[in-house]
Amino acid sequence: MSKKYWQSLEQYHEEPDIDQHKSESKQKNDLMELMGDEALQKKSSRRNFLKFCGFTVSSAAIASSCENPVKKAIPFLNRPAEMTPGEADFYASTFFDGNEFCSILVKNRDGRPIKIEGNDLSPFTKGGTTANVQSSILSLYDSGGRYKQPMKEDKRSSWKQVDPEIKDKLEAIKEKDGEIVLLTSSIISPTAKQSIADFRKYYPSAKHVTYDAVSQTGMLRANKRSFNKQVIPSYHFDQADVIVSFGADFLGTWISPAEFTLQYSKNRKLNAGKDTMSQHIQFEAGMSLTGSNADRRIPIKPSEEGIQLANLYNIIARKMGETSFNVPSARINMKNVAAKLMNNRGRSLVVSGSNDVNIQVLVNAINQLLGNYGKTIDLSRPVYIKQGIDSEMRDLVNRMNQGKVEALIMHNVNPAYDYPDAGEFSKGLNKVDLTIHMGHAKNETSKKATYVCPDNHYLESWGDALPKEGFYSLQQPLIRKLYTTRQWQESLLKWAGKSINYLDYLKKHWETNIYPNKAGLESFSSWWNKTLQKGVLDTGKDNGQPDYTTRGLRQAANSIKKSNNKGFELVFYESVALRDGKQANNPWLQELPDPIAKISWDNFAAIPVQWGEEKGLKNGDIIKVDGIELPVFLQPGQAKGTIAVAYGYGRSETGKVADGVGKNVFAHIPFQSGIRYNTKPGVEVSVTGKHMELALSQTHHSMEGRDIVRETTLDEYKKDHAAGNHAHEEFVKHHKESLYKKQEFPGHHWGLIVDLNSCIGCSNCMVACQAENNVPVVGKEQVKNRRIMHWIRVDRYFSGDTEDTGTHHQPVMCQHCDNAPCENVCPVAATMHSDEGLNQMAYNRCIGTKYCINNCPYKVRRFNWYRYVTNNEFDYNMNDEVGLMALNPDVTVRERGVVEKCTFCVQRIQEKKLQAKKEGRPLKDGDVQPACVQSCPAKALTFGDLNDPDSEVSKLVKDKRNYGLLEQLHTLPSVNYLTKVRNKPEELEEV
Amino acid sequence: MYKTKIRGPLILGGKTLRNISEDVIAPIYQKAPLWWWIMLGLSLLMSAFGLWAMYVTISTGIGTWGVNNSVGWGWAIINFVWWIGIGHAGTAFSIFLLVLRQKWRTSINRAAEAMTVFAVGAAALFPALHMGRIWLAFYIIPYPNTRGPLWVNFNSPLFWDFAAISAYLLISVSFWYFGMLPDFATIRDRATSKIKKSVYGILAFGWKGSIRDWKNYESLAFILGGIAAVLVVSVHSIVATDFAVSVIPGWHTTIFPPYFVVGAIFSGFAMVLTLMILIRKLYNFENYVTDSHLNAIAKILIFISLIMGTGYATEVFIAWYSGNEFEMFTFFHNRITGEYTFMFWAMVVCNALVPQLFWSKKIRSNLTALFIISIIINIGMWYERFNIVVTSLANDYLPANWVNYEPTLVEVGIYVGTLGIFILGILLFMKFVPMMAISELKGILKFNKEQKH
Repeated sequence: MSKKYWQSLEQYHEEPDIDQHKSESKQKNDLMELMGDEALQKKSSRRNFLKFCGFTVSSAAIASSCENPVKKAIPFLNRPAEMTPGEADFYASTFFDGNEFCSILVKNRDGRPIKIEGNDLSPFTKGGTTANVQSSILSLYDSGGRYKQPMKEDKRSSWKQVDPEIKDKLEAIKEKDGEIVLLTSSIISPTAKQSIADFRKYYPSAKHVTYDAVSQTGMLRANKRSFNKQVIPSYHFDQADVIVSFGADFLGTWISPAEFTLQYSKNRKLNAGKDTMSQHIQFEAGMSLTGSNADRRIPIKPSEEGIQLANLYNIIARKMGETSFNVPSARINMKNVAAKLMNNRGRSLVVSGSNDVNIQVLVNAINQLLGNYGKTIDLSRPVYIKQGIDSEMRDLVNRMNQGKVEALIMHNVNPAYDYPDAGEFSKGLNKVDLTIHMGHAKNETSKKATYVCPDNHYLESWGDALPKEGFYSLQQPLIRKLYTTRQWQESLLKWAGKSINYLDYLKKHWETNIYPNKAGLESFSSWWNKTLQKGVLDTGKDNGQPDYTTRGLRQAANSIKKSNNKGFELVFYESVALRDGKQANNPWLQELPDPIAKISWDNFAAIPVQWGEEKGLKNGDIIKVDGIELPVFLQPGQAKGTIAVAYGYGRSETGKVADGVGKNVFAHIPFQSGIRYNTKPGVEVSVTGKHMELALSQTHHSMEGRDIVRETTLDEYKKDHAAGNHAHEEFVKHHKESLYKKQEFPGHHWGLIVDLNSCIGCSNCMVACQAENNVPVVGKEQVKNRRIMHWIRVDRYFSGDTEDTGTHHQPVMCQHCDNAPCENVCPVAATMHSDEGLNQMAYNRCIGTKYCINNCPYKVRRFNWYRYVTNNEFDYNMNDEVGLMALNPDVTVRERGVVEKCTFCVQRIQEKKLQAKKEGRPLKDGDVQPACVQSCPAKALTFGDLNDPDSEVSKLVKDKRNYGLLEQLHTLPSVNYLTKVRNKPEELEEV
Repeated sequence: MYKTKIRGPLILGGKTLRNISEDVIAPIYQKAPLWWWIMLGLSLLMSAFGLWAMYVTISTGIGTWGVNNSVGWGWAIINFVWWIGIGHAGTAFSIFLLVLRQKWRTSINRAAEAMTVFAVGAAALFPALHMGRIWLAFYIIPYPNTRGPLWVNFNSPLFWDFAAISAYLLISVSFWYFGMLPDFATIRDRATSKIKKSVYGILAFGWKGSIRDWKNYESLAFILGGIAAVLVVSVHSIVATDFAVSVIPGWHTTIFPPYFVVGAIFSGFAMVLTLMILIRKLYNFENYVTDSHLNAIAKILIFISLIMGTGYATEVFIAWYSGNEFEMFTFFHNRITGEYTFMFWAMVVCNALVPQLFWSKKIRSNLTALFIISIIINIGMWYERFNIVVTSLANDYLPANWVNYEPTLVEVGIYVGTLGIFILGILLFMKFVPMMAISELKGILKFNKEQKH
């Protein structure tokens, strides 16, 4: 007999009706239970009525109010083999917008690209990017700015309709041998060039004109003269011990900034006992990003540039027994510069950003004398990023106006906006029978074209690139086409009678042209897959060093004259954020403060401080420069008698973000002897008396004598590695005892080191962070209200006087203090310290008292002043469904009223920790890289575990240059800085 | 013991016990005068403006204010501290003067306490409104909950603030209300209309005037007074810790708690002065709020003003003495000279210098001068809070973060709104509540006679 189990005495006694009672009670529903037996027996009472009422009302209230809208997440029925939902895949690809090149890795989450990282396999950028590269992800999801289907006469059409029409028209033109012109920006894709060649084979009357909005015509033509090669050389700033730049913003915008930044910072790192670094002298008019990093920066007028260069040439030539020329004497004595360069023959570099052939010929001659060719300048591996020759475009416009051009097919160009005589171009466009635009986004030119055959975004396209000889980079699509678009090469081939999948075409091209050179025994498809996976291929092929001739040198020297121009000299430059304006409709770039002026959402006239003060001008006062009304910014370091203005603004037909922001200055650039100049002398300037408020993200420019950016000179550093950083020793000495127990970090203790000597202030990290962490764009008004949301900002301070101005960049993000002032003041404990040293923010818990913001000495905390997502008041990327696709699903989108800040990309830390755990290994140093660290082109940021004695950060923390920002407050920041060291040359005297 | 011979009589005009009851209750029975209606309209308008501003704040966000990434607290916290300061006077009057056996307080404490209640109520609006997510404000209440349970951060001054203010408000309201019970009963007993009788009947809480009632009344007053005495000191000390606990230059100061308490009493007394001059004038209470009353308040103000001056000087001295460059900057380059010079000197002149005029008996006994100076003190105290809240945040450690702060219409609206609510409260108080503690006034009537020893 088994044991008898019983639940109650009734059961024990086996009372018969217990089961019956149970089943009865089951029948009673909840409501009945609520009423109780007594109530049920009674017919009805006031009490029961109230009970019923209460139940009904409250359940109705619950049913109607507490229900959240159901959003469906539909799982995969059949999971694609290569994809794990929730895990990101990275694909190698290539960014090239006709202006800037970068090998990239694209992070793909659940079938959509969400973040761009630099491809660390690229030998030239090693994982670095620029702000432009980072933000290009948003242009993919720019539903307002992109074309969604082919257009005919600005009306929606379809490929079925436009293709036959275009084909017929082209055939007709071909019949009568009319001129077909293919107008593109510089094309670096060998396969695209092949497709153009195929197109031209089919239409023998077709021509290809390359047009760059900001060209390198001067250098291309100068090299044609000096070396008989119309190319741009590769530069090796890392090999140069002395760099003298005349207005070349090689760290910001010149040719290949990400690559040059890496090279430049490489020779300026002072880690591991190294105590030599390059010396950089910059002659320029406006303060460029490059100039702000120079060891010495000498403000000169653009018209003085040639004279300074010619004098430099003469000094060197005389010393070396070469012919010197009769040139006007220079204002700045170049003797010291010349001596420095001569002492570093073969390890020096002279560059100029001028588009003047003569100046570039002089630069070539100097570099030749210094023996830099083949060492710091490499013509054997030319760079193809800029190929456009300005005069070709002018000829085209002339022919168009003469009615000679029958068909104009355009790709990635916008002459109606950026051609100096845009009106003339537009007039000419009307005279062309067939005009086709193949851009992926709307612009001023595409609006005027008869047909728009929209290209895919580059993240939807196949492709390749040959940015410099022997170096290939592949491009692969990351998402199925969002709209009814077609890759432009495919369109061309289609009209040339080839209906071919571009991927096949690409592979075929690679198989025939690139594969045999390299692969050995491996089959093409396996080699292709491997190469595609890596994304880059360096064949090392070079064309050999061409011979130098002095052709054109005398002519160049003779052309150097003292200018007698009255008025101001106007300097046009590409801003670091907007460049030539192609990506102007990108809110991240519009909101990115200029690295020097810290102004976003506008271009402005940078004026010399002294002149501004004489005229009583304040920042934001409007002056009329050459007929354009521009707000002024009193720019320390701006050369006397010059004004600098950025290109890229004043768009009118490109979308909600860019239209009407700033002024277009392309119309004001001079076009002489077939070259567009980036400077304009003799400009009339008048004060209008009007004022507008500039969107400045920083308004105070002096460090007020505080040791915020600690800086020393190389000479001092050689004597004492702690030079400029003695305050740190003092701090360490005085902060030994504490009443409080120090927090222990048993596992990891994350830390980040910012090497101020490497950081150039390019602001790439700001956009990288914005993309990674779903940081909203707040718009001009809110930037003016000082509510910019960037989690990492780059503070910029000026020192010295208003002419010989020192500039200091300092990236500041949450310092993750181990003794954090923000943490103990939060009343609801929404911000707290993790046992890995992270200062965490629990958005759900935050009630928004802002006390933490106030109590943060670094002011790195950001408040959601408004609802920034899906709010028509903030009509940027986060206000439409397509734009929201760019959000990182691993990071919460913050609600109005909560505080947010840098998390050290905690989602990345978690991801890598999990990965290591799954693989059963400890986390390696360098596994975890926050977005800012990963994409830093200068490798100025190092992230890692401070508990690991062998990690890079632990070593750097022990560096004599290491200090904590405001460490005297004893906040114990986990972010540390390394002092900036400048290799100060001796003074250059004025003659 | 109060010496009438020295201090003069406390109630003039040869009032009898009956006179007192009648005089004090009179406004409740009279028709409200025209100015009352005008002020009522005005205060309602101001309140409406404030309600609009609060609606905008809650529905759109704190973005409608002028605060920014560096100055996280602006007018809201300035006004919060200002109102809390004003809200100090009532309880301070009742408690401290009671402890010091200052009999002259009896004609003033009721109004002062009423002022406290309305001012603290107005003040309490600000911390709530300045929250980014006011709908989650209950997170600040420590109670066992289903969220973990998640507790509050007991280290945070804002939590202390919450506790201190809610306690202070509660105690002030109780103290004020229970103090009025006998008077409500008096009105009830004299009421002619039915409505008045029943309303005041309810308010009187069943007061019968029995010995037991009086005994309970006295002991309750004693207990509440004891608690309130502590709270008077604690509430503003704790508000001071909102600043003192931080690391911000100009905030991180140990002098803040006493300095804030004294400042609060200062502004509270000034507001009492303003109010009593008005009440006395408008309701002809010259016999109760005598010149000597005002004289006494003015004397207290001189004394507190001296403490304020010492406070300011100490702050500046310590900033210099510490040798801390940030403190030095905040005080010498930001407040004394520099961007916020006006605010600083306005504060010093209004709070430390102008009240010194009260040394002169002539000015002390000039009603107009008293009234103007009392207003000046309150403006000065507002500037003091502006100085503390804004100047430290606007220019703190890293110059890259330096900003300007300007309030928006919405912020001004909320302030005007609280002024409206405050005035409304005072007007209703004047109309429906006896403005002086009748029973206590009767208690001091004996001091009007020459006493024999």
